[in-house]
Order: sequence, then C-alpha cells, then structure tokens
Amino acid sequence: MSDSLDAYLVLAGLLFAIGTFGFLARRNAISMLMSIELMLNAVNLAIVAFGSFIPSLSADGSVIAIMVMAVAAAEATVGLSIVIAIFRNRKTPLVDEYDAMRQ
Amino acid sequence: MSRSLLTILATVGLLGLAVAVPIGLVLLGALRWGDDVLFFIFAEVLIGAGLLVVTMRDIIRCGLAMIVCFGALAGIYVVAGAPLVAAAQVLVYIGAISVLILFAIMLTETKDAPTRLVFQTQSIGAAMAAVVLAVIVALAVGVTDWPAVGERIHTATDTLAEVLFNEYVLPFEIVSVLLLAAVIGGVFLAKREEGSGP
Repeated sequence: MSDSLDAYLVLAGLLFAIGTFGFLARRNAISMLMSIELMLNAVNLAIVAFGSFIPSLSADGSVIAIMVMAVAAAEATVGLSIVIAIFRNRKTPLVDEYDAMRQ
Repeated sequence: MSRSLLTILATVGLLGLAVAVPIGLVLLGALRWGDDVLFFIFAEVLIGAGLLVVTMRDIIRCGLAMIVCFGALAGIYVVAGAPLVAAAQVLVYIGAISVLILFAIMLTETKDAPTRLVFQTQSIGAAMAAVVLAVIVALAVGVTDWPAVGERIHTATDTLAEVLFNEYVLPFEIVSVLLLAAVIGGVFLAKREEGSGP
C-alpha cells in the first residue's frame, strides 16, 4: 500500500474533500482558515507523492512542497490578521454576521 | 456513568480500533509489515483528525486536532521518502501556523460562540459537494495511467539542496520577498489603532 502512488493520491483527495466541506459549512472565520490549511496540506501531499514516485520529478516535488509551505505561512499570517481586524470592528468571528455590504 | 469517563472509553476504543485494523489486515495478508502498517496508521489518524477539525463544536479543540492532523501528515511524508519536507512540516505547520491559529482563536473567542450553531444552513449541500469531490478525485486517480515506478524514490537532502539553489533559486528569492511582505502586512493589519477598542 505504501508503495503505490494511488494510495497517496486518494488520501490527498479525501483530505482535500474534508477541507472543502469545512470551508463551505463552518460559520467561524478561523475554522474556515483552518479548512484552507487542510486543503493546502492535501495538495502538498499530492505534490510530495508525485515527487517520490515519478523519477523525473524526484527532487522537484520536495522543493515545490517546501515553497508551498512558505506561501501557506504567508497566507495564514495575512488571513488571520484580516480576521482579527474584522473582529475588532464587528465583535464576532462568525462570517454570516459580516453583512455590511448586503444592507 | 459520567460523561468524561465515556469520552475516555470512546477515545481508547477508537485508538484500539485504529491499531487493530492494520494488524488484522496484515494477518489477512492485505498489508505487509513495516511501511504499509505505518502508512495505514498515519492515514487513519490524518483522516480522523481532519474530520474532527471540521466537525467539532469547540473551536480550540479543532485547533488541537489540526496539530494532530499535521503531525500525521509529517509521518506520511517520512513514509513517502521526503524527510526534509517532513521536518519542514513539523517546523512550519506544527511550530508556527498552529500556534498562530491558536492565538487567533484566543483573540477572537466570544463567550457565546461554542454554544451556538457551528455550521451554516447549507452544510448538507456542502457535505454532498465534498463527497462528490472525493469520489471524482478517486475515480480520476484510478483511471489515469501515471508514469510512476512501483517503489518510492528517497529524496536525499543534498540533492534537494542542489536543485533548490540552482534551478529554483529565483522562486526561492521571490518567496523570501513574499514572506517579508506578508510579515509587514500582517503587522499593519492587526495593529491596534490609537484609542479604539480591544
């Protein structure tokens, strides 16, 4: 099982689907950011799996995965500070109460 | 019987199941000892912790489950033969991003948040979309004929460093500038203005 690319890719797909569900279904903005992190991790797992099973990608997979991690760290920093800035104005972390543009 | 005792019993039962299933599969001949069993256990922990992240009511527990999820993923990277990525996963995700998210949770926690509805009203549609997505990905993976070899290629750290600092040196520098911009932007956005609220 650990020697087949398919197992890793199916696992990555499952994790990505879990992240999608969390992003679409949760009300809390930080929960949504956590779901985005899950999805980024799923993509990273797929990249590493391709890197470790396709000979022409062997080192590139790991390098791209590390780049994705750096970009994910930047995304988390900016996303969380935006959530905190909104929370300071609206006093709630729930996204369905951010309705200033709907009124 | 008290509720906390039931929780402990359920946790112990689930952990026992998580260990018993791969051992049973080994005895049945579907798995081999060693890497297969490790991969199976890490995958179980990964999917279980991921489900807990998106379904639990108390968001601080979601954050802690997310740390477990990242740890299991680091284990899978080790099984896949990418030890440097696993180390970076532990350092960046468990060490930095999880702590950042836990701090953000503590900063935005309100007293009535955990007792209220956790999911949006369209959560059933979201669940169906996620299931359909997982099925589509699994079908696509099964149908496609990858040019893959039947065994893992171990990525040595020195090869990785050579590729990173020759072929990928421009993206590396761009990522460093991006991180600097993100740090400055984060400080600017989260900065408290004079005389305004908490």
